[in-house]
Amino acid sequence: MHMSDALVSPSIAASMWVATAGASALSARALRRRPDDRRVPLMGVLGAFVFAAQLVNFAIPGTGSSGHLCGGVLLAILLGPSAALLVMASVLAVQALLFADGGLLALGCNIFNLGVLASFVAYPFVFAPIAGARPSRARLAVATVLSSVVALQLGSLAIVVETLLSRRASISLGTFLLLMQPIHLAIGVIEGLITTFLVLFIRNARPELAPGSREATVSGPWARRVGTGVLMATVVVAGALSWFASSAPDGLEWSLARASVGVPAEPEVPRGILARIGEATGLSPGEGPMNRGRPADAAGRAWPQVDPSVSFSGLAGAALTLALGGLLAAGLRGVRRGTRPASRP
Amino acid sequence: MTRADGITAALSHLGRFDELAGANTPIARVDPRAKLVTTAAFLVTVASFGRLEVSALLPLGAYPLVLLALGDVPLGPIVWRMALVSPFAVLVGAFEPFLDRQPLGSLGPIVVTAGWASFASILLRFALSVSAALLLVATTGLDAAAAALAWFKVPKVLVVQLLFLYRYLFVLSEEVARSLRAHALRSPNHPSPRIRVAGSMLGQVLLRTLERAQRIHVAMACRGFAGQVRLRRPLRARLSDIAFVACWCTYFALCRVSNLPRLLGTAVFGVAG
Repeated sequence: MHMSDALVSPSIAASMWVATAGASALSARALRRRPDDRRVPLMGVLGAFVFAAQLVNFAIPGTGSSGHLCGGVLLAILLGPSAALLVMASVLAVQALLFADGGLLALGCNIFNLGVLASFVAYPFVFAPIAGARPSRARLAVATVLSSVVALQLGSLAIVVETLLSRRASISLGTFLLLMQPIHLAIGVIEGLITTFLVLFIRNARPELAPGSREATVSGPWARRVGTGVLMATVVVAGALSWFASSAPDGLEWSLARASVGVPAEPEVPRGILARIGEATGLSPGEGPMNRGRPADAAGRAWPQVDPSVSFSGLAGAALTLALGGLLAAGLRGVRRGTRPASRP
Repeated sequence: MTRADGITAALSHLGRFDELAGANTPIARVDPRAKLVTTAAFLVTVASFGRLEVSALLPLGAYPLVLLALGDVPLGPIVWRMALVSPFAVLVGAFEPFLDRQPLGSLGPIVVTAGWASFASILLRFALSVSAALLLVATTGLDAAAAALAWFKVPKVLVVQLLFLYRYLFVLSEEVARSLRAHALRSPNHPSPRIRVAGSMLGQVLLRTLERAQRIHVAMACRGFAGQVRLRRPLRARLSDIAFVACWCTYFALCRVSNLPRLLGTAVFGVAG
């Protein structure tokens, strides 16, 4: 499941972008240190494979529902964590750009949730220690299923945390966790099983690519260090930003807006006009929470205040804006049609 | 329509996006870096509004509307894709009206609660940010966007990876669609394969993928590839590109600091009343 632009606040999006960019830069550097010219096309087509594999919806036995591969753990097993992260980042970027899955602002969150957590937490801390250097079939299966479950549980937990810290939705922590974690446990087990099938299939057909052959043993400790570092950095950055955000009643954005316009933040001009309308129509003017979100309430006014005049002018203005937008688009289209060469259909 | 047919249809839609980006429109002529920066500023502005904001977000719709109109992008594919995407945001947003019942304003006899405002806000943010991202690709193309990313010092391995992925996306999705069609023809009672079947089916595709990677590598080596992919696409910023970024960013800032629809409403109806 993808985190969405509609639910993320700039401060959380920024911290996740920083964490993701850091992990990607470290991964890119690690790949540069060990050049392998076969890897470029291999990463490219494996990314396309994960993308294409997500189109296969398979039936989940006994439930009547269906699931698909996410691919984070599979990529880490086949390519090693650093290449896997970059492949996953490219898959998610294309999904955000072409399929509107997630979004560009939330892309940092999504690469972190589905890429960094799988490559630098689930793989080095769960898969590598269980599988070891030369895993048997059973060991490989257990390691794959467990690391997939851990990756998906951490991923959905990250979505919950990011959504709650962004404060764009009022759903409570308990409800959200109950909604997300159990379903992702099921998805994780299924993901683990299908990944196991694929890994064992490849081990039979192309043993040189299977785990235990090269990167799994080489990159375990390195990936653990990166994972720990990135996680700690993320907690620090996100913690600092959300502390700053929560010190203002309506979040970091509110304080930024305040800082940019200067004090007072409440616009004086519309209030004056509104006050006059209020007097003229007999409706009392007030501070519209519709405009500012939950106000600071420094004066101890009861919140919320229902203010018909503010609601009315807001709604009427919104309708006018929409009409203007439609006119703008239609007008520009008309101009384009007029100037377009005649040869084009 | 079987799943395989659905995938083939989706791929042809995807291919149309690239054709759109190749068209010679005023928006397609804007430097990809300028579009990238402006879209990023747009997304940050949209996300920065408070939870209950609805009306102040509306003027921001001008950006996707202008891209749509001046970029000659048909509305159909954009709306189709927005409707198709699994809307996690919409799901979370749908809880809002039940969770937050604080009255916020009145619309005649109907009292609007904070939950409904929040839901509307989430839907609006979703529409704005998703359409902006889709329009960025539809008016720029992934190749040019990747060149812009390389200019912004995104690690080259990631840019090359993005281009490779995009190049083989179509090839491998076709391959998966063929496998699914073969499965559907042989087991008409099971529209989606069971997990064990899906495992070996994907395994076969993965095997072919790895062999393809080897062939590509050999082909690249024959053409002189020695570990370094050279990206060459001249990027040339003109004054109009700088103006594009500056004008839009000023407009976004204006939208952020003042509620334009409300000002418009008070101005128009204030005079009338």
